[in-house]
Amino acid sequence: MSGENILEVTDVCKSFGGVQALLNVSFTIQQGDVFGIIGPNGSGKTTLINCITGFIKMNSGKILYKGKDISYKAPNQIANLGLTRTFQIMRPYYSLPAYKNLIIPLFSPRARRKGGWRGGGKLGDRGTVSIDILEEIGFERDSFVPYKLASSLPTGYLKRLELARCLALGPDLILCDEVFSGLSMSEIASMVPLIEKLQMDGITLVMIEHRLRELFRVASRVMVLNFGEKLTEGIPEEVMQDERVKEAYLGSEKLLDYKFEA
Amino acid sequence: MDKVERRKERIDRGIKVRTEGIYAVSSWQEVTYLVLPRLVLIVGLLLLPLIIPPLFGPYWKRVISYAAIYGLLALGFDFLAHFVGLVSLGGAFFIGVGGYTAAILNTSLGLSPLFTIPMATVGGAIICTLLLLPALPLRGVYFAIVTLMYPLALMRIIEALNIFGGTDGILGVAGFPNTWIEQYLIILIVIFALFGLRRLVNEDIGLVFRGVKDNDQSVRASGLSITLYKAIAVFIASGLGCLGGAYLAHIYMWSGISQFALDFSVIPIAATVIGGGGTLVGPLLGCFFLVPISEWLRTFGTLRIVFYSVILMAFIMFRSEGVMVFAQRKYHQFQRWVKV
Amino acid sequence: MDILIYGIINSFSLALMAIGFTLVYGISRLPNFAHGALYVITGFGVWWFVHKLHLNYLASILLALVLMGLIGAAIYRFILIRVRGMATSEIIATYALGLAILEFLRWGGFKGMTYTLPVFIEGSVNIGGVPVDFQRIIVIGIGIVVVSFMWLFTHFNRTGLALRGMAQDEHAAMMLGIDSDRMAVIAMAMGSILAGLSAIVLLPLGNIVVEAGYNVLILSIAVCIVGGLGSWVGAILAAFMIGFLQIITVAYIQSHFQMVVALLAIIVTLILRPSGFFGKQKELEERV
Repeated sequence: MSGENILEVTDVCKSFGGVQALLNVSFTIQQGDVFGIIGPNGSGKTTLINCITGFIKMNSGKILYKGKDISYKAPNQIANLGLTRTFQIMRPYYSLPAYKNLIIPLFSPRARRKGGWRGGGKLGDRGTVSIDILEEIGFERDSFVPYKLASSLPTGYLKRLELARCLALGPDLILCDEVFSGLSMSEIASMVPLIEKLQMDGITLVMIEHRLRELFRVASRVMVLNFGEKLTEGIPEEVMQDERVKEAYLGSEKLLDYKFEA
Repeated sequence: MDKVERRKERIDRGIKVRTEGIYAVSSWQEVTYLVLPRLVLIVGLLLLPLIIPPLFGPYWKRVISYAAIYGLLALGFDFLAHFVGLVSLGGAFFIGVGGYTAAILNTSLGLSPLFTIPMATVGGAIICTLLLLPALPLRGVYFAIVTLMYPLALMRIIEALNIFGGTDGILGVAGFPNTWIEQYLIILIVIFALFGLRRLVNEDIGLVFRGVKDNDQSVRASGLSITLYKAIAVFIASGLGCLGGAYLAHIYMWSGISQFALDFSVIPIAATVIGGGGTLVGPLLGCFFLVPISEWLRTFGTLRIVFYSVILMAFIMFRSEGVMVFAQRKYHQFQRWVKV
Repeated sequence: MDILIYGIINSFSLALMAIGFTLVYGISRLPNFAHGALYVITGFGVWWFVHKLHLNYLASILLALVLMGLIGAAIYRFILIRVRGMATSEIIATYALGLAILEFLRWGGFKGMTYTLPVFIEGSVNIGGVPVDFQRIIVIGIGIVVVSFMWLFTHFNRTGLALRGMAQDEHAAMMLGIDSDRMAVIAMAMGSILAGLSAIVLLPLGNIVVEAGYNVLILSIAVCIVGGLGSWVGAILAAFMIGFLQIITVAYIQSHFQMVVALLAIIVTLILRPSGFFGKQKELEERV
């Protein structure tokens, strides 16, 4: 199963009025990979995710997911096919406990197919399933953490909650929009094993990141976007040696070399 | 000299915290704290027809029924506006569709109210949901526009095309076999509707509705179709309204274009704003407060609509939270000044 | 032939009614449900000036228009500014205001008796074998003047350009120093004046009735939705489309179907092209 193309993006173009946000962006991802998308601010990374997941209609281009054309489908249809995404700006339901935040994805047709009509399957009702998912994602099961109100959780847990929301759908691919941003060094250190665990579970990950060092620990291939166009693609070491990439970010060789040495 | 700055602090009352868990059943005090408001409400509503008419006159029997029917509309409005995010400006639309459906079922098919009311509720809800369907995937303002427009347009269309009885309406609709049934059935329906909706919004599906209101992008990304859940919510709310309309047709024993009247659109909104949006019980009580006033103001003609509109605007402008929200806060919390 | 003439007249009438509504929505995203009420109140205002204060007709018209501008500004400044940003409350507030005004007029005895405004120029002229009142020609004339004025104003006048900037992108305009609230006040004032102007030109063709308030509201909304909420060009084109459709139904089916046409137009538009057939609006679902 590994090695098949799970996502094929071809010549995606999107302009907002006079601004060309994306121009002929193309790439392919293999099943089971961890694929990174990097680039300076404003290079169109989030727009790309929005186009792939159906939140924005692109002007032209084709997106194939597991061989199916999902180019102009609605976001909820795409999510039900197993292609999920996280949001950079999270807005969980602050007044609800953490596990109740997962009830909504368990209502989806996909979750219901996997777990029976009530989304609970063999394990019972949705609340139980939520707690299970939270445990997978790193919330300690027997503690009171899953029951805490989402408003009292620190950022690290909120990021995991976002991932949990995707996991509730039983996805094959998760598009992570800057999951490492806003986290402290130790929080990131505990996120990385989680990413690796997801990969071991067979989920393909596409990660948009600014924290390059951490990303390169998990990603097998990386693509660079600049001003809406794809600069280059390849394994992290090669990509970082590319002159154009260095120019796009800072133009300062020293800084980039230092980042990579770690 | 240091100025002592103080700010307001709101803290849950001790008894509220104690009643939050299962241990609430451990003492009479705590059980009473929980049960009392609901008990007072139910008993109050049930006693209403026994207390008011003897004191004020038999005309007021009808008024209680009207208040209950408006209450159904207000529950629907509050539910849609504060739990799903859809503002319905045309309660009259539901009343009209329900009323006409029941009247037609009764006069053309000869069905008794026992059948027409449930059928009009479900059938009317289906019709209303279908007619409102085009506006559901779009931004909120479109739903408001469409609900505003339907009663006004339908009124004019029925008048112009002279269908469904035209300006005269459909006459000869059957009434209720017994005044006590007429009185109490609607009150029971309202009590069930209130507690049913309360239950619904706290169930899992209620969370989905709240998600549609607060964070619809996240709901979409979780694989749910926003349009579907909005449609379900509209079905429920329009069902309540059509139920009221069908009931009204059997009380009047007639159904006509006045069932699309503005009162049905404005009073639920006013009742919600005054009674406290988001509480469900607030709008209901608001109706029991406003409808008698409205009947009393009928002598002044359409000035009564001006009256509610102005009060409505005043409440909205001054961001008043509504009576029940204030009351609930007082019941559950106390506030004090604290040094900063 | 008469379809053509009546069609043009009807279309310009609709365009005049709708342009006030679409202006306010386009600039400040405010759906002004009191639009119909403003229309009717201008009519009664002019009547009152002429018959109770015995002012000259032209003076009454000008006075009424100025007053409408002030009323529009006041509505924003005192009412809408408090609910700005809360979509639910904005809708309820303007709706309640419109109702309060219209029902107050209804109660105040403005019913039953016929209130009319005199036409500007008596008589009619024959165009292609169809008799056309001068007043109706004036409708077309004023329509053309208003449209041209709007175009020139928003392209060459500083305030007009500011308004256009607000319409396109509120945040960008604010960053350039354009005051959002001030623009909204101007937009409301202009919208009210336009509502009043359409009343002044159209009411002489019939009686002044409170029902007209609701009719104008429905028709304006229909035109604006078909044309795309907020698009001025779209509103004008849509006015023509609906205008002609209405006249055709009157000619070939029955005259009572006019409202049906408006209602159907709204529904068909919402199903097929929610952002309007002629508008240049961003897609409705486009926000992340």
